[in-house]
Amino acid sequence: MDLKGFDHPDRYSADGTLPAGARSVKVMIAGGFGTGKTTMVRSVSDIKPLTTEETLTQASADVDNLIGVADKQETTVSLDFGKIGINDQLVLYLFGTPGQERFWFLWNGLFKGALGAVVLVDTRRLASSFRAIEEMERQNVPFVIALNVFPDSKDHPVEEIRDALDISPHTPIVACDARDRASSRDVLIALIRHLKERSAVALESR
Amino acid sequence: MSGPRRPTDPSGLERYYVLTGGRSGPGGSSSSLDVATLITSRAAAVPGLQHEHEEILRRCRDPLSVAELGAHLGLPFNILAVLLADLLDAGRVEARHPIPASGAGRGPDLALLEEVLSGLERL
Repeated sequence: MDLKGFDHPDRYSADGTLPAGARSVKVMIAGGFGTGKTTMVRSVSDIKPLTTEETLTQASADVDNLIGVADKQETTVSLDFGKIGINDQLVLYLFGTPGQERFWFLWNGLFKGALGAVVLVDTRRLASSFRAIEEMERQNVPFVIALNVFPDSKDHPVEEIRDALDISPHTPIVACDARDRASSRDVLIALIRHLKERSAVALESR
Repeated sequence: MSGPRRPTDPSGLERYYVLTGGRSGPGGSSSSLDVATLITSRAAAVPGLQHEHEEILRRCRDPLSVAELGAHLGLPFNILAVLLADLLDAGRVEARHPIPASGAGRGPDLALLEEVLSGLERL
C-alpha cells in the first residue's frame, strides 16, 4: 500500500487535495478490449481508480433503432481513470478509453486536450488494437505502443510487430507488464520522451 | 418494492434531466469542459441553491477534476457539464482546463514535458 504524500511530501497532500492554482495534464490509455487498459490505470494511479460516465443521448437514435429498442433508451459508457501527482502544482490524469471505440466521439474532445496516448497491444490478438491505432492516427494524437506481456505471450521481435501493426518507424514500441507499477510508469516515461523528441524535431524544422 | 420502471426509460435517466431542467450538454460554457478540467469554488454555498449545485461547491473547495466530481456525485458527464455551466455563468466556480498538447500548431511545451518527466521518474 502506497501512502502518497507521506513518502513524497513535495507532491499533493496526504488526503489527495490539490492546492489552489493547480494545473492538470491528461494522458489516454487506449487499446482493444481486454488488453489491460484498466489494469494499467489501476497499477500506476495514486488513487483507487474511479469511473465517470457519459450517456448516449440524441446521437443514439440511429444506433438504438438498429438494435430494435425504444428511442428513449440511453446507453451508458464508462471511462476508468486515475491520477498521478507530478509535483505540488501539477497532476496527471490517466483515462482508460471505453472498450466500445464507436463511443469515443461522445466525450468533448476526449483526445483533444491530451498530451498523448499509450496504445496497449496484446501480442496474442494484435487485431484487437487496430481500431485504437487508426483512431490515434486519424485524430493526430501522438502515441507509443505498449506490448502488454501476458504469461503465455510468445516472444516476437519488435520489428515483426511493427510490420504487423503497420506502425511508423518513429513510433516507439515498448514491452510492459500492465499489472506492475514501475513497468507502467516506464511506459508513461517512454511516451513523454517521445513527445519531447517530436517537439524538438518540430522546433528544428521551423 | 418499487413500482415497475417505465419501459421508455429503462436506465432511469429522465431523473437526471429533472436536475438540469431538461437540458443536456454540451453547449455554451459547458462545451469547453474536459474530463480533466479542474473546478474550484469561488464562493460558499448560499441558501436557495439547488442541492446538486451546493454539493459541487462543497466538494470543490480544493480543485477537483470534472471526472472525479462526476464519479463522487454519481452524475454522467453531460449532466454534470450543464450544472457546472450554471455555476460558471454565475461566477461561483472557476475552471482550469488541462494544459493542451500543443498551442497554435506548436508541439507540446518542452518545459512542461520536462516537469512531467521528472515527476514520473520520482514515482
